[in-house]
Amino acid sequence: MSRTAGTLRRYVLQRLALVVPMVFILLTFVFLLVRVAPGDPVSAALGGRLPPEALAQRRAAAGYDRPLIVQYLEYLGNVLRGDLGRTISDNRAVSDVLVENGGATLTLAGAALVVALLAGIPLGLYSGRHRDSFGDVGVRLFGIVSYAAPVFFTGLILQLVFAVWLDLFPTSGQASPITQVRVDEITHILLLDALLAGNVDAVLDVVHHLVLPAITLGLLCVGVFLRLVRVNLIQSLQGDYVEAARARGIPERYVVRRHAFRNALVPVVTVMGLQTALLLSGAILTEATFNWPGLGSELVDYLNNRDYVAVQGIITVFAVVVVVVSLLIDIVNALIDPRVRY
Amino acid sequence: MTDEAVLRVRDLRVWYGTERGPVRAVDGVDLALVPGETLGVVGESGCGKSTLGRGLLGLLPEGAKAGGEVRFRGTDLFELSGRALRELRGPELGMIFQDPLTRLNPLWRVSEHFEELLRTHCPDISAEQIRHRSLATLRRMGIPPTRYRNYPHEFSGGMRQRIMIALGLVLNPAVLVADEPTTSLDVLVEAQIIRLLADLRRNFDTALLLITHNLGIVAEACDRVAVMYAGHVVETGDAREVFAAPAHPYTRELLRSTISLSTTGLHYIPGAPPDLVDPPPACRFHPRCPDAMQVCATRDPVTVSPRPGHRVACWLHGPAEQVGAGGDAPLVREEIDVADEA
Amino acid sequence: MVWAPIRSSRGLPRWLLGAGCTITLLFVVLAVFAPLIAPYDFDTFSADGQRFAQQAPPSAEHWFGTTVQALDVFSRVVFGARTALEVVVLSVAVSLLVGVPLGLVSGYFGRWLDRLLVLITDTVFSFPPLLLAIVLSFLLSGLLGGGVAPAALAITVVYVPQYFRVVRNTTFSAKEASYVEAARAIGAGPLTVITRYLFSNVVQSVPVIATLNAADAILTLAGLGFLGYGIQPTEAAEWGYDIQRAIADAGAGIWWTGLFPGLAIVLLVTGLTLVGEGLNETLNPTLRRRRLLPVTLPTRDTDAGGSR
Repeated sequence: MSRTAGTLRRYVLQRLALVVPMVFILLTFVFLLVRVAPGDPVSAALGGRLPPEALAQRRAAAGYDRPLIVQYLEYLGNVLRGDLGRTISDNRAVSDVLVENGGATLTLAGAALVVALLAGIPLGLYSGRHRDSFGDVGVRLFGIVSYAAPVFFTGLILQLVFAVWLDLFPTSGQASPITQVRVDEITHILLLDALLAGNVDAVLDVVHHLVLPAITLGLLCVGVFLRLVRVNLIQSLQGDYVEAARARGIPERYVVRRHAFRNALVPVVTVMGLQTALLLSGAILTEATFNWPGLGSELVDYLNNRDYVAVQGIITVFAVVVVVVSLLIDIVNALIDPRVRY
Repeated sequence: MTDEAVLRVRDLRVWYGTERGPVRAVDGVDLALVPGETLGVVGESGCGKSTLGRGLLGLLPEGAKAGGEVRFRGTDLFELSGRALRELRGPELGMIFQDPLTRLNPLWRVSEHFEELLRTHCPDISAEQIRHRSLATLRRMGIPPTRYRNYPHEFSGGMRQRIMIALGLVLNPAVLVADEPTTSLDVLVEAQIIRLLADLRRNFDTALLLITHNLGIVAEACDRVAVMYAGHVVETGDAREVFAAPAHPYTRELLRSTISLSTTGLHYIPGAPPDLVDPPPACRFHPRCPDAMQVCATRDPVTVSPRPGHRVACWLHGPAEQVGAGGDAPLVREEIDVADEA
Repeated sequence: MVWAPIRSSRGLPRWLLGAGCTITLLFVVLAVFAPLIAPYDFDTFSADGQRFAQQAPPSAEHWFGTTVQALDVFSRVVFGARTALEVVVLSVAVSLLVGVPLGLVSGYFGRWLDRLLVLITDTVFSFPPLLLAIVLSFLLSGLLGGGVAPAALAITVVYVPQYFRVVRNTTFSAKEASYVEAARAIGAGPLTVITRYLFSNVVQSVPVIATLNAADAILTLAGLGFLGYGIQPTEAAEWGYDIQRAIADAGAGIWWTGLFPGLAIVLLVTGLTLVGEGLNETLNPTLRRRRLLPVTLPTRDTDAGGSR
């Protein structure tokens, strides 16, 4: 067992060593992306609203009159210390924005992932097991169409049917105002806070609000899992060890369940990691559709206010999240599949 | 014919449908296996050896159709229900495959393979008995008990094949089919595996059908040999006798093509094995046969028995009255064969 | 080179490919002949001096109804096809023009240039694509205005890494192939090897990625429009923008303003995806399944061992 632990530790360290340059490049990329815009953040956000002298003063105070390279190094240093600056338009610490609104995005993305897995895996298994049947063709088309439908359109249709016509779910927000007031903010993840408070009504209210957005965002990713599981199952079912199991007289249902299914599901973990970027992209749109108070909504607001400091901070976090998640996924994978470590 | 045969195959045919027409992989094969004997099946690649081996276990690839009968202790496998057939696989009929690297479930420990197998076929077995029986069989195959809980990727190819053989033998089956068990292994390991298999007939009463294209293996490990060509068995008999005095021109040419210490030049059989969708009429070997006669191209050969226990399907051995007048004149061939070959 | 496997394909893949082509062609026709097909212009809110009704449900005059701005939804959907096609053609063409040569050069010359390019494109690749497109189109629209070009360029940057990756990897492995080695051995220069030998090898994989990216580009464009960063409503009709306006209508039970532009996106993206996957399945033989046909064994005349 110690041998296994040793190889695992070495693998994690190797993987970490790769993350460092990646993050560095991402930070540089974000800085360039935001700062190639003509003018500096202060004039972009407040230009026209303040007299030129006041503007120049604010610019100097924020350090935007220094050379770009100095600002870049300062940005890197600040990010490493966890300081993402203060927003220009409403003077909040960017880290506060992340803490206060990150929870909503996290809840949405997590719930969507659950929806995607709960729908994608069984459908993919069914489809792969009954290859080329009518059911398979139907499931595959569903996979294509669910990806082809823009998130905001799926959201719109769900709102029309389940909120407006059937009146089953709310169309906007993370919870009703009463819940927001009654639940103390501890973790800034409303669902968790409601659970911690032991407030059943609040939990139900949050879940009630979560259903439609989660399905909307989940449908975006369901096709990816569905195809993956289907193709993997088809390959597994033709696999040599599956034939060998049949030749040993293992009943077909166990051959399928124990050998083929399990092996078909291993890559799902990896692909889950690759979906982070897609999930975050979709989250921005879902949040806009359902008025969801997450980072995506904040990003859109700050962009409209031309608040580049806030935009830079939020994008930095999104990019780092993608890299870190892919690191975590690789480690989880190494734990599941004994082959990865070698 | 004796009734002691544990497995008797009569007129077995296995055809696959393709867009070009049916592939006659196995086309009218008769065989018998008695307990404890080793029968070698030899022939070039693509002559239907592997399909025959799988057919004996009732394992047919998708889309294949089988005809004829495979009687195990008098019961025709093709008349059994799927469940009854499956229950024979493992305790009575075992199979070892060509590539041991991919035949074990990569996510399972070796122990789990044995546990699944023994629990399937002996529902009342205790965990202790499973362990005991598995370790005993593994030990006979030269796998130390300390490796019992290792994963497949922690073993070399030769060791994995030993594990596969142990899995095939742990239930003490009456018939074991080994499909090119050493083709993907290096020569030293090959010798060890062949010795293991040769020991079977002494230590177990298992009848072994050893499929190979390596005549050396047959000479070393087999009691009897069946030579296959294009879906037919062209010659069967005692291995030593057949090798000492091959009756079929194909057997003779095959023996001449093998390399030995006394080989001075490489001999090969001109042409390639025939297309099994559209095989040559009458004797399928006649286009490549150095001894082909007029009758060979017009009528199917009749199986005759030049010596007791030795059967051959070739017009050279008569029956003379059916060859007919002028039928034994040499076959005149166009030179197309040579052009085809290039 | 490309057509033979398509013609020989059969069954489901062929059917899906056919359906995809039909849908895509339909939208191309809509886009090209938009002024002839659409009854009104995309920003027309009145005809014969008479203002259209606002938010009118579908009727004989307005097949898909009208919006809150009294615009004809049907006309906007038709003109939206034109916008989508313009952006997609432009962005796919530009990303091909940038991505393919970069990939060829990087894969062929290797070394530090290759490592640098791979690192950069990997970084861009790990970025949430929509986020990148949003920021870029926001910045570009400041420079170029709110037309088709900035939106297309923003989308281009998102897809360049994909072409780069595929082309670079194919080049990398093809360059070791014996026929390329032989060409180099007889003195062919890098330019000749790249254009004559490697390009033809690499170009095989391009149609599949290009169609799938086109499908994705439509979604990205609509996403941009939905957030208000794409094409400005005064410049052209855009489905994503229309759906954004329709969200507000949904509360009042007005379904036609959002449904039709949305369906247009779903249909076109599905069509392009089917084409891409159909091409992939027919061009890529390893994905194809050997077709199994039923076999009947002819019965034997001999009594022993009857056939089944």
